[in-house]
Amino acid sequence: MTGNYLLQGVTITTGEVRDVVIESGLIVDKASTGTSHEVMDCSGLVVLPGFVDLHTHLREPGFEQSETVASGSRSAAAGGYTAIHAMANTFPVADTAGVVEQVARLGEDAGLVFVQPIGAVTVGLKGEQLAELGAMAQSKARVRIFSDDGNCVHDPALMRRALEYVKAFDGVVAQHAQEPRLTVNAQMNEGALATKLGLGGWPKVAEEAIIARDLMLTELTGSRLHVCHVSTAGSVELIRQAKARGINVSAEVTPHHLLLTEDLASGYDPVYKVNPPLRSTADVEALREGLIDGTIDVIATDHAPHPKESKDTDWASAAFGMVGLETAYSVAQQVLIDSGKSNFERLGAVMSSNAAAISGLAQQGKYLSAGSAANLTLVDPKDSWDPKPQTLSMSENNPFTGLKMQGRVRHTIYNGQFSYRDLSIMQRAGS
Amino acid sequence: MRHLLSAADLDKDQAIKLLDLAEDMSDVNDREIKKLPTLRGKTVVNLFFEDSTRTRISFELAAKRLSADVINFAAKGSSVSKGESLKDTAQTLEAMGADVIVLRHSSSGSAHRLAHTDWVGSAIVNAGDGSHEHPTQALLDAMTIRQGAIKHPRGKDLTGIKVLIVGDLSHSRVARSNLILLTTLGAEVHVCGPATLAPASLVSSGRVHFLLDDAIKLVNPDVVMMLRVQQERMSDSFFPTEREYARIWGLNKSRLARIGENTQILHPGPMNRGLEIDAASADSKNSMVLNQVRNGVAVRMAVLLTLLSGEAS
Repeated sequence: MTGNYLLQGVTITTGEVRDVVIESGLIVDKASTGTSHEVMDCSGLVVLPGFVDLHTHLREPGFEQSETVASGSRSAAAGGYTAIHAMANTFPVADTAGVVEQVARLGEDAGLVFVQPIGAVTVGLKGEQLAELGAMAQSKARVRIFSDDGNCVHDPALMRRALEYVKAFDGVVAQHAQEPRLTVNAQMNEGALATKLGLGGWPKVAEEAIIARDLMLTELTGSRLHVCHVSTAGSVELIRQAKARGINVSAEVTPHHLLLTEDLASGYDPVYKVNPPLRSTADVEALREGLIDGTIDVIATDHAPHPKESKDTDWASAAFGMVGLETAYSVAQQVLIDSGKSNFERLGAVMSSNAAAISGLAQQGKYLSAGSAANLTLVDPKDSWDPKPQTLSMSENNPFTGLKMQGRVRHTIYNGQFSYRDLSIMQRAGS
Repeated sequence: MRHLLSAADLDKDQAIKLLDLAEDMSDVNDREIKKLPTLRGKTVVNLFFEDSTRTRISFELAAKRLSADVINFAAKGSSVSKGESLKDTAQTLEAMGADVIVLRHSSSGSAHRLAHTDWVGSAIVNAGDGSHEHPTQALLDAMTIRQGAIKHPRGKDLTGIKVLIVGDLSHSRVARSNLILLTTLGAEVHVCGPATLAPASLVSSGRVHFLLDDAIKLVNPDVVMMLRVQQERMSDSFFPTEREYARIWGLNKSRLARIGENTQILHPGPMNRGLEIDAASADSKNSMVLNQVRNGVAVRMAVLLTLLSGEAS
């Protein structure tokens, strides 16, 4: 491997067709004379900044029957990701410098994607006392995003403290917005269908009430808030208004909330059980609109692998969550490009550069600026394919199975080396 | 009919046919020798993950009167309490030769799941799943209402009959199945209960009344169906106290005097006497509670017969 590539005839996000040159892992404006390049015909492919996922459950340490950092890295590379953020709800919880450093090191060992750990806000995700956020921020893992995801930081005083505290190191609190008392035994979106199916309802107000409160606390503290997996039209409107008022908030939406609706719960198949739950068509429309108009900043997968035994049960006994790393791009293309409502520049922003900015990842989301590390994803927008339950993830809880997908990741380049090439995963980037 | 999972599985003709068959079965139950040889050699498994002695006994008796072998499996104290899943338990029982699995489970949709996965191949009867449905209860209620309201009930539907269901509409599987089945049969179904226990989607149907006195006056029902108040609703602020519930939503002597002379009173049992229903109402000539119990056996015989004869054809 030379590490020098000439990507010939590739379409960039503005629609211009040109060549892209990578030398020794870096983007360069023009191929240096006297240097040999591997020339690749990329006609028909669109090059995008390497995707950055803000919300990935890698399950290691503790739940290696669902996923490991290595298997999650493979799935991520196949999905076009060059950076992923490992959620803190592992066992032990990522609430100390030791655990976040371990996760970061496992990511380096896998060598396919940059693994950025997220730190827990509270000790053991229990919502009682702050974890050592400073230690995690100053560790080798350089944590900037803190989240109790899976649980909501519902105590308003604790949430205020967390927002204030992370200002010292330009941190951000990523909130899983779910009022716990309003969602006791919640199993799916509250409404006529939940009533018909006899499943406990998850009311939209349980998400919106926490977001409204957190926006006010963010304004009060002058801090930075990130809202995880926004799922309702009301939440989109709250965030839209807050941004107009100048509150420093960012928000993510998952591919499944952009595509799927609660109707899928009708057959009681727990592959469609997820938290927050799939909502109504009107919510899906509002989420898409928010993504297009800039209210929602990023698409984040909330990739949540579970072993078969956790889903091969009755609905109530089943675990919440679905995988999504390898289908996220196709959903993004459908919502932004195939709909005719947006463009590849916006797609690059919501799949990569916005997330990199929220997390402060200097090497990611840079696209084609000369001298920056080559973290790029090449997609074929015309490739139509059928997702299978089996992906490179260890788990098969894939709700996109059986759907026809348009647009597919063809190559992923991580730090100037291929981690995924011609639909095949590499052992490590470059090998 | 392959399974009976929801009252919605039945169209009007199927429902009437089942009720008519249940009338035939009822005649068997009045004979000196209360037994038919029809299901000899078949095995019915009562798989009960929740305690429900009444429903279990009713199914057991129904199966035995049709000469089937019956296995009762109660989750309490069994492998289930040691963490065995629905899938494993059902597969184990099927491996022993079950033809029909009668399932009672606390999780909504569990019967549907058992019927629609590759876990087992048996016919499934939903004997109550979480707060979803309890279709055989609705069938026995429909049978009772039809007998009480129509002189020669065979072949008839419930057109023109006004039913008022009172109680916890949010969590009641009895209410859900009755709403579906009685509506299918042409009855006019109204419901009444505290707003905390009436789902918004139901309220928008326009047939919800919050106060029982208003409901009795407005609806002038032919049938009043009182739902059991579950213990867990009392502790979770759905209504302030048992006394207040009884005062506003309980059927008592004064309300008994205001309903029609021939109005039927139904209750799925077991009754909380003095809470949703007082002794005067429960023991009045309007009370159909024991007819419901009797019809329960007949309806379940009809269901088992229909499922297992369908298999043969």
